[in-house]
Amino acid sequence: MFQGLAAQRLLALFFAGALLLNFPLLALWDRDATVLGLPLFPLALFVVWAVLIGLTAWIVERGEDVE
Amino acid sequence: MNTLAGPLVIAAAFAYLLLLAGIATLADRRAAQGRSVIGNAWVYTLSLGVYCTAWTYFGSAGRAATSGVWFLPIYLGPTLAMVLAWVVVRKMIRISKTYRITSIADFIASRYGKSPSLAALVTLITVVGIVPYIALQLKALAGGYALLTTPVGAAALPAAHWWHDSTLYVALALAGFTIVFGARRLDSAERHEGMVAAIAFESVVKLLAFLVVGAYVAYGLFDGLADLAARVRAAPALAPLLRLEQGGRFAYEQWFALIGLSMLSTIFLPRQFQMMVVENVDERHVKRAAWAFPLYLLLINLFVLPIAFGGLLIFGAGRMDPDGFVLSLPLAHGQPVLALVAYIGGMSAATGMVIVETIAVSTMVCNDLLMPWLLRTRRFGALAAGDLTHTLLAIRRGAIVGVMLLGYLYFRLAGEAYALVSIGLISFAAVAQFAPAMLGGIYWKGGTKLGAQVGLVAGFALWIYTLLLPSFVKSGWLAASLLSEGPWGVDLLKPERLFGMGGLDSLTHSLFWSLLANAGGYVVASLVRRPSGQEASQALLFVDIFERSVVRRPVFWRGRARVPDLLKLAGRFLGAARAQQLIDEHPQSGAEPGVADARLVQLVETQLAGAIGSASARVMVAAVVEEEPLALDDVMRMLEESSQLRALDRLKDDFMASMSHELRTPLTAIRAVTELMRDDAQMPAAQRAAFLDIVVTETERLGRLVNQVLDMAKIESGHGEWHTDDVDLRELLAHAGQTTAAMFKERGATLQLRLPDALPTLRTDRDRLLQVLLNLLSNATKFVPREGGRVELRLRADNAGVTVEVQDNGPGVPADQQALIFEKFHQGGDAANRPQGTGLGLPISRRIVEHFGGRLWLRSEPGQGACFAFFLPWAGAAEASSRHTRHEGAAA
Repeated sequence: MFQGLAAQRLLALFFAGALLLNFPLLALWDRDATVLGLPLFPLALFVVWAVLIGLTAWIVERGEDVE
Repeated sequence: MNTLAGPLVIAAAFAYLLLLAGIATLADRRAAQGRSVIGNAWVYTLSLGVYCTAWTYFGSAGRAATSGVWFLPIYLGPTLAMVLAWVVVRKMIRISKTYRITSIADFIASRYGKSPSLAALVTLITVVGIVPYIALQLKALAGGYALLTTPVGAAALPAAHWWHDSTLYVALALAGFTIVFGARRLDSAERHEGMVAAIAFESVVKLLAFLVVGAYVAYGLFDGLADLAARVRAAPALAPLLRLEQGGRFAYEQWFALIGLSMLSTIFLPRQFQMMVVENVDERHVKRAAWAFPLYLLLINLFVLPIAFGGLLIFGAGRMDPDGFVLSLPLAHGQPVLALVAYIGGMSAATGMVIVETIAVSTMVCNDLLMPWLLRTRRFGALAAGDLTHTLLAIRRGAIVGVMLLGYLYFRLAGEAYALVSIGLISFAAVAQFAPAMLGGIYWKGGTKLGAQVGLVAGFALWIYTLLLPSFVKSGWLAASLLSEGPWGVDLLKPERLFGMGGLDSLTHSLFWSLLANAGGYVVASLVRRPSGQEASQALLFVDIFERSVVRRPVFWRGRARVPDLLKLAGRFLGAARAQQLIDEHPQSGAEPGVADARLVQLVETQLAGAIGSASARVMVAAVVEEEPLALDDVMRMLEESSQLRALDRLKDDFMASMSHELRTPLTAIRAVTELMRDDAQMPAAQRAAFLDIVVTETERLGRLVNQVLDMAKIESGHGEWHTDDVDLRELLAHAGQTTAAMFKERGATLQLRLPDALPTLRTDRDRLLQVLLNLLSNATKFVPREGGRVELRLRADNAGVTVEVQDNGPGVPADQQALIFEKFHQGGDAANRPQGTGLGLPISRRIVEHFGGRLWLRSEPGQGACFAFFLPWAGAAEASSRHTRHEGAAA
């Protein structure tokens, strides 16, 4: 079902994403702080989200045969 | 506050719709010319942007204004879902393309044995769950219009009569657009290039419009994001909105539920399935969409918080509806053009959703609800014995108008009611009910029709009871006591605290119970009884979709069908020309003319499925052919046959590969020396003669190779010719010795025969056996030492049969080579001093001996030489001939 390196990477990334975007890991960012004037929590959400997207792109666009 | 003139907004809206129509027309024209604009991963990705409706465009800021980041899980879920898209969605695409599946209802019905009742059930759930969602989009269009054209504070004037309501005309215009680009002609694959191009364009428009408004708020009205953030943090009422917990406990189960729910919606919302699976033109586009679609969602959400906070800071809480901030912020600051742009963006979001959702739902209503019912009524069947393509098209168009008007009706009836405002998530929860049957269906062969039915009914019923019913109560349409005291005062049956389960918000509560009952019912009911043949065959075809090539896919059908019947049937739904083309292009393998083979029947059924749904196609095909019902055992047997065929195919591939290698070697040699001779006219005669010898030798080798390959093929396929006779082995061995005498002399070796004095005759094929002996003897000459080579040919007999041994005094065969030398094209010796042979001698010899019930083996120890031996039983020939007859009997 999930044969091939890319498919397994995607599966691993899926679980990593599911953990990062949920309680309790998500709550670690929930502090009254700012980074460059931006509130930490919303910023962290968007950054985690963007990293997830970037990693997905890296896995699927490498041109390897993703079977 | 400024307003815009009503006619201006309406004119802009209709101009925008015209522009869309222009784009769709252009795309359709390009497609007809074979220069498709949607054969592009970026267009595919943008078309998935239909996920973002007016609910996103207006509602996200609204949600953010009341609960901060809680608008986000709805977009984080799709990101996670898309991570797995290459694995899961690609499988759905492959299945849908292969079996011409055009909707979720068709997918589920087809998977569980092409069941019309399942198709109808899924369609029903979709209509109930999705029509209000369409109504919500119409409401957004109307609300945005009212906001743009009425002064702030004044109540928007409701249209005095329904025919004054511009929303009705927008709905009708949308229905017209949808018909033109969704049902202008009959496409047997339900693909709509023009529509996809228009939707992709709309995705660009709404993204740009939202980004422009967001940038205006953040950088025009405030001094950038940091400034905005600082002001929010300074406002005690707003600061908690930046945090997860917002003062109270973080409702992580709701967060989790929202992410999970939106994950499922990414695939199972009818519009998403339509765009992602049905309209997909190339599986590889999924790779791009896997990250670019989440990126689109990230971008469109980038300015949600700034717009929400900007609105709250500027207008103050409670004065303006936060859902309208996207429009009211530019409007209040004297930017009517920007407000109009924002409205067009919102319109893009709403119309895109309405168009695609209507096409998807109307396809279901037509193919999975109306057609099966119509085709069953006798009057309709008699009425429309001829060409049905026009009827089909009319039904499809009627369904589009019907779905659209139903949405409008609900919008008029529900108005501001809670049931409409909150429908987004309620719809999501409805389509989430498809997940167990869909995902189970493509990964678990054990799921049955009964399981899918029980799961869907249970899930849908609980969805109605725990989510839809409470929304009616909150709209004031049902008595509030239903929620507070439970039906008939039964506390345990309270819809939002079923069986006393507290501590969950109503959405999470409903999702938990409905999906638990759904998945549980699906699994348990699937395990109640063995699947029928039809269910098992469809399960195999779906779950193992990647494991079979098109050619070797098993055909689960048995019966008799006539080509003219199939042609007539296909013509009724696909048009006569298309039907004729279909039949003509099919390589007919049937022995009798006019009789259709199973593959043709399957082809016609698949094509029909694209036009009228798989369940109806099954019924129609079954009506014109005589077929035998399939039992589970039949399915398993057909599968077995198909995998044997595949194994045979693989063998042939291996054989062809080594075969071509063997042919190339002598050919290369011949070509090399002939080219040398051609290019060098002054070549000495001796050299030329030597080269010509090479050509002759290599040609002989080629000829031998071809003969042996043919021989091998004949024996293997059971078509070899055998002439059984009473053979005197003593005489045969002596003959073999004489034949090879010259060869031995040339190698300076001696051959010794050790034969018993007398021996009964053996029934076998004299020529074939001689072939074996000559092969073994000539092999032996190749490996004996140059000087003093000795070969012994021995014959022994006992009660069981005779044994012949060929013993040489060569180097012997290394242990690791002993099994390999019986493989085709494997030659003994190392590559450097390999003797000239074909590599087929030993395999053929072994087959011949085995044909007569004997065996051929090698005994060799280093330094002791090699001894090839074979044993033939006395009764071997009799067995061989009777086995041969039996085999022929089975084949007939």
